[in-house]
Amino acid sequence: MTAAPQPAARHGLALVSRRASGVEVERLDKSFGRLRVLREVSATFGAGRTTALIGPNAAGKTTLLKCVLGLVQFDAGQIVVGEDTVGQEESYRRRIGYMPQAPSFPEYLTAGEVTRMLKDLRGQGAALDEDLFMQFDLADSLAKPVRALSGGTRQKLNAALAFLFRPEVLILDEPTAGLDPIAAGILKQKVAAARDAGATVIITSHIIAEMEEMADDVVVLLEGAVRYQGPLSRLASETCESRLERAIAQLMRAGGKSP
Amino acid sequence: MNAATRILRYELQNVRRTRAVLVYGLLLMAVTHALLHFGGGGSRAIVSLLNVVLVFVPMVSLVFGTVYLYSARDFIELLLAQPVSRQSLFAGIWGGLTLPLVLAFVLGTGLPFMWNGGLGDGTAAPLLLLLLSGSLLTAAFTAVAMWIATRHDDRARGLGVALAVWVVVAIAWDGLILLVVASLGDWPLELPLLALSLANPVDAARVGLVLALDAPTLMGYTGAVTQRVLGLPGGAALTLAALGLWVIVPLSCARRRFRRKDF
Repeated sequence: MTAAPQPAARHGLALVSRRASGVEVERLDKSFGRLRVLREVSATFGAGRTTALIGPNAAGKTTLLKCVLGLVQFDAGQIVVGEDTVGQEESYRRRIGYMPQAPSFPEYLTAGEVTRMLKDLRGQGAALDEDLFMQFDLADSLAKPVRALSGGTRQKLNAALAFLFRPEVLILDEPTAGLDPIAAGILKQKVAAARDAGATVIITSHIIAEMEEMADDVVVLLEGAVRYQGPLSRLASETCESRLERAIAQLMRAGGKSP
Repeated sequence: MNAATRILRYELQNVRRTRAVLVYGLLLMAVTHALLHFGGGGSRAIVSLLNVVLVFVPMVSLVFGTVYLYSARDFIELLLAQPVSRQSLFAGIWGGLTLPLVLAFVLGTGLPFMWNGGLGDGTAAPLLLLLLSGSLLTAAFTAVAMWIATRHDDRARGLGVALAVWVVVAIAWDGLILLVVASLGDWPLELPLLALSLANPVDAARVGLVLALDAPTLMGYTGAVTQRVLGLPGGAALTLAALGLWVIVPLSCARRRFRRKDF
């Protein structure tokens, strides 16, 4: 019973390069050796929505994201990104902008060279979104080797690169970790704008207040299975807890079967 | 230009800027120069150089290769999240790792010969063979490094395996051959020993070069055997083929693993 996507205030221009393309995960299974990390996970990440993927440590969040990215090859099930099925061609990743948790770039290249390399690899000359480069004031950093940049600046570069190609799907793993409050605010605005323009946004975070602020939907993973899925607003009523923090804590404690 | 060459270009930039490759090249240059300067004629210098190369090249390729690959791990993940196939990425990474090392080796050992005028007295062919087998050894051991790094997620264990491989090929193998000779000396061992030598890339390179230098006795048993069985051109061709195989086999193993790997 997911609410229909509502791409609100649509910015006419941005829409041209962004078709609505959600991410559909169906009965996904993945084991590492004997450890079953994902158990028949089915989840929908709608276009024009921000979905928070939450769960305790080792619940399978990162594995799920890595399956969508093609970094981890799943055992069974299916993932559809837009019109493309994951696992056939690599071109579907053109639709995705990924912001990894701990960014690591080749140490000896400059930030500008890393940016140029990704532009080269993507080969999407037109319609780049360099907005974050400007807002984060990265112009001076572009000439420096990445290893000379501070952790925060690297994280800014990481964010700016994820948005650079106007992806239809944004996968942000702990996006505000390591950012100062001002930069975090800029990033949150950027995420909201992308969502409003029709992008599918998937974020993980451990900061509940941040989720409450950014997310429309939640997917709660517990021991590799989906425990709850739906609009954030419904979570409170279903768990009879008014505060999100408590509601999530209750879900994580309860375990067992889905509602 | 396809994805692999694009990746290769930036990898080359990255590896080139690590000081290690530069230091490696300069060190080889210093050693070669010293050997040529103080060690007498060109062909004797090549024999001395051979021993340096056979110990040094595999070690640098293995250790630098694994260390580099582990430190590039997160970056490889970032690249895999781009619309790039795993095959292209694999080719780009291996090329970007191997080419600078090969270049450092060829320039580091080749240039001192040039400026010392050591090419005159019939050493051109052995020198060429030395450069060729050193380059193949580099490529073989960076391929082994890729295989180790894709197989073991733990950095410390990966480095341990790399060092173990080096100890086996550079040191322990000769001991094994000696052991076989000593204990089974009465049997006709020529061909099995030759096979055993070719099964180790370091020995294969040694056999080929010693044959080319027309000094098989320097190598003792296997050298004499090889010359008797094969003669010179055949020996060189056979060792180069063995080295080529040592590039291809680990590389295709590593590639297969890389394609299926979970990052």
